[in-house]
Amino acid sequence: MFKRENLPAEASIFAVFIGIAVLFEVLGWVIVGKSFLGNMQRLEIIILQVSIFGIIAVGVTQVIITSGIDLSGGAVLALSAMVAASFAQSVDAFAPIFPQFLGLPIIIPVAVGLAVGAVCGLINGSITAYTGIPSFIATLGMLVTARAVAVLYTEGQPVYSLSDSFTAIGSGAWPVLVFFVVAVIFHLILKHTVYGKHTYAIGSNEKAARVAGINVRRHKIMVYTIAGSLSGLAGVVMCARATIGQSGMGTMYELDAISAVVIGGTSLFGGRGRISGTVIGVCILGVITSGFTFLRIDFYYQEIVKGMIIVGAVMLDQRRQAKQRSRA
Amino acid sequence: MNNQQDIILRTENLTKRYGGVHALEDANFTLKKGEHVAIVGDNGAGKSTFVRQITGVEQPTSGDIFFQGQRVEFNSPLEAREAGIESVFQDLALCNDLDVPSNLFLGREELLFKFGPFSILDEKKMMQKAKEVLERTAIKIPNLSNHVGDMSGGQRQCVAISRSASFASKLIIMDEPTAALGVQETTQVENIIRGLKEQGVPLILISHNLRQVFNLVDKIWVFRRGRIVGEVIASETDGNEIVSMITGMQGGVHEKASYI
Repeated sequence: MFKRENLPAEASIFAVFIGIAVLFEVLGWVIVGKSFLGNMQRLEIIILQVSIFGIIAVGVTQVIITSGIDLSGGAVLALSAMVAASFAQSVDAFAPIFPQFLGLPIIIPVAVGLAVGAVCGLINGSITAYTGIPSFIATLGMLVTARAVAVLYTEGQPVYSLSDSFTAIGSGAWPVLVFFVVAVIFHLILKHTVYGKHTYAIGSNEKAARVAGINVRRHKIMVYTIAGSLSGLAGVVMCARATIGQSGMGTMYELDAISAVVIGGTSLFGGRGRISGTVIGVCILGVITSGFTFLRIDFYYQEIVKGMIIVGAVMLDQRRQAKQRSRA
Repeated sequence: MNNQQDIILRTENLTKRYGGVHALEDANFTLKKGEHVAIVGDNGAGKSTFVRQITGVEQPTSGDIFFQGQRVEFNSPLEAREAGIESVFQDLALCNDLDVPSNLFLGREELLFKFGPFSILDEKKMMQKAKEVLERTAIKIPNLSNHVGDMSGGQRQCVAISRSASFASKLIIMDEPTAALGVQETTQVENIIRGLKEQGVPLILISHNLRQVFNLVDKIWVFRRGRIVGEVIASETDGNEIVSMITGMQGGVHEKASYI
């Protein structure tokens, strides 16, 4: 028989996504007399815009499944972008950051960007796992610190003249491809590996996980390090796309990433969630942003609606949790 | 005296004090291979305190624990578990958001392909093994891929007990395993316990239900005010005697008293 429970968890989120897209299509015809979805260029812009914070959201999903939070995504993106850019300047760069490191092979700035992200994540994870300080505070500290370090790194100066081979990573559909590949890899890892199973177990019942022999501290550090590395990757892709490294990059991206994760059905209480849901959540946010712009509705109204959607998603999650608790 | 080789667990003058409170005093306890024993006593008699010492949840103030002839000190429940002492706690150490096989195999997953933390899980094998384990225990759980959190209290209890029972553990400790269960679920749990007896797995059962105790175990240890006040063979005693030992009062127990 056809039952609601038999549908994959993403089905309802996907239905919401389709609903929102159709709503904008209808409103488009009514208000501005144009098709919203019928414009390929607009769809391309949507997907390109969401790809960067989507990469961060893949890491944030894993952190939230362990019932933690990572607020540092946007700031870690900026720091990684600055450092990666400083190693990606072309030989003819004017006033380069490191005159001795020009025209390096592309692998070096990419690796450096990822490493900076990984170190930030490692610090987040170690503080959370070893001091008992809530991840909310630990990563809030990183948000402020990483952004400040990003500014200090070049004393506020942007990093120009990135080599063509480096900026190629950000051109065309590359950011979308990176996001897609990262999402698929981590979707499979969460679903089919020991790492994934233990991530869910820790978020579901940390004490049970510990009693079962899982090294909870080490695992948490690994999760935060992966999240940091993905923010670093987002930074690399973003500065390659912008062909410049700026300390103000990715401001508020952490909130977009967290919103996408929550809208995508990952529980803030931990133990539940999937990358596939997050990908749909990312697309929903993209459509809303683009849709409002298309309807020429003021930016601040967009933010209000986004805020309401996030609170609504969390309320739904809370109701689901309460229902489960009453049954158990 | 018992042959040393037959003894799986022994405590010598095991003592636990919380500040000035003597929760457990000089407990000398032995458990033989394959033996099922019950620990009974009133609230605050020291039953749970005793279990917490031998499962590594707490560390004793003084005294020794010998497991399989070796003196042991467990600094965490994990260490006790690794030594082969499995416990089913009252607050069930299950992950509500995971399905039955994931809970059964948590921390010791079956693998298809080994690659550190990113080893690939052998989900088919775990599902198959979970089915076998639960079939052996005659537990009816309609869909093993449901989240444990969506199941009834009895089903969850059965999963928790099966987990302890399904791994070649050397000793299983159950603290009030049926306290929160209905009649049918209690029967299922009792059947699992009988199955363990057949398999020769030793068991320590803490229970307030004396009828259950008489039905299931070989020997009864009675605790009163932090001390062991008696060890009796279940078939050589009756409810009245046990209740007298638990309360410390002779006689005055009605034949049909509801706690017997």
